[in-house]
Amino acid sequence: MNEIFELQYALDTFYFLMCGALVMWMAAGFAMLEAGLVRSKNTTEILTKNIALFAVACTMYMICGYHVMYGDLGNFFLSGITGDGATGVDEPATYAPSADFYFQVVFVATAMSIVSGAVAERMKLWAFLAFAVVMTGVIYPMEGSWTWGGNAVFGMYTLGDLGFSDFAGSGIVHMAGASAALAGVLLLGARKGKYGANGSINAIPGANLPMATLGTFILWLGWFGFNGGSVLATASVESANSVAVVFMNTNAAACGGLIGALILARLMFKKADLTMALNGALAGLVAITAEPSTPTALQATLFGALGGILVVFSIVTLDKLKIDDPVGAISVHGVVGLLGLLLVPITNEASSLSGQLIGAATIFIWVFGASAVVWSILKATMGIRVTEEEEFMGVDISECGMEAYPEFVNAKA
Amino acid sequence: MKLVTAVIKPFKLDEVREALGEIGVSGVTVTEVKGFGRQKGHTELYRGAEYVVDFLPKVKVEIALTDEMVESAVEAISKAAATGKIGDGKIFISQLDDAIRIRTGETGSDAI
Repeated sequence: MNEIFELQYALDTFYFLMCGALVMWMAAGFAMLEAGLVRSKNTTEILTKNIALFAVACTMYMICGYHVMYGDLGNFFLSGITGDGATGVDEPATYAPSADFYFQVVFVATAMSIVSGAVAERMKLWAFLAFAVVMTGVIYPMEGSWTWGGNAVFGMYTLGDLGFSDFAGSGIVHMAGASAALAGVLLLGARKGKYGANGSINAIPGANLPMATLGTFILWLGWFGFNGGSVLATASVESANSVAVVFMNTNAAACGGLIGALILARLMFKKADLTMALNGALAGLVAITAEPSTPTALQATLFGALGGILVVFSIVTLDKLKIDDPVGAISVHGVVGLLGLLLVPITNEASSLSGQLIGAATIFIWVFGASAVVWSILKATMGIRVTEEEEFMGVDISECGMEAYPEFVNAKA
Repeated sequence: MKLVTAVIKPFKLDEVREALGEIGVSGVTVTEVKGFGRQKGHTELYRGAEYVVDFLPKVKVEIALTDEMVESAVEAISKAAATGKIGDGKIFISQLDDAIRIRTGETGSDAI
């Protein structure tokens, strides 16, 4: 092993770990975004959900998820993963195997974070965490094994051979999370008071827009790790160039998404709806995630803008369909995730539209179907929704027993 | 003696205070309040869905005055608080039986 290779190994491993740490930070972004867009009486619970789901996701991925997704790289409980990447496997890697696990595991948590926002303000905490166990231990790793893992879908067909390509996970992570969320929302129902008996759609404004904005900034920052790390290496001229392009395009798409959503919201609603602008930036990021390495900066901006425009229409449409998603997660990650997949063949000749469609359908049908089964079982056994009175009081008190802002209640010290 | 109670737009408070000071009013009490009038609140959009703001924020200014001061005070408030737009507020005048300055024990118009 020569010294140049050792340096490359060290640098790639370091880069992988730092990108993973950035993606881990996205969990904070989701927590702040969701806490900002719910009412103050549901703040503690959404924060509990967000930080607990991260721990559950990482633990389940350690126990079995990584093995299900990458059978040749890791065993159950990650036994043997502490070895040397350069000599330990058939094909020498330029990074440590445990760094690969670390980078992969934070993606699982991201997928699960998407679910928590959509079912906010009415779901039971423990039912949600029970779902998180199955989602991060089995449902996500299965579809991950068919895509990034390269395995055949139940032995029938292999997505990679059909021209399916999803660079950092518009479909594999974001649309998958949104599919699970959609199944949950459909079984859970809308928040009380969201839709009136006479067909009216009522707004339930979020309590803390500074927090939602901070959350979006954090997600934006974390996304550089999400997409940038997905190059998987940086210690060569080729991979360094690719990393730089990915960073540039990821940023461009977020900007395009924000501008698209902000202008459209201004035209549609006569005022600049900040929450739509925030969703627009995230939509831009989701749209570029499937392929941030081949578009030009202008293309990335336009793809992002397309995502930002689509997300506004999607949020309004889901509301009309009475699918209550307090933070817009299904629109941002699901609808725009699909858009991201379908945009890939425009700039990446190695992929095909048919491959993208089959891949998207495979991910959606599996995750939505499996999630619907799990949610249904939870609904029939422990129940997934809090009582009407608990919902009115706020799930902070009913689920966590504490207020996020206790000064506002008359508590004797 | 009269108690003049004015409900005005919050951003007009400074101007009203100045106008009252100019005509020699020596003290006012201010409260932040919410309410609705003929305008009946207004609607806003959040993520494309409407919500109604039933009660709008206003400032309530209470002034105890001797009878001869009332007219000029009402004029000063009316002039300073007016924007000409809906929601400028109202002025109520009621009889005030007595007033007591706590420190000295003075009563009636001496206490104002």
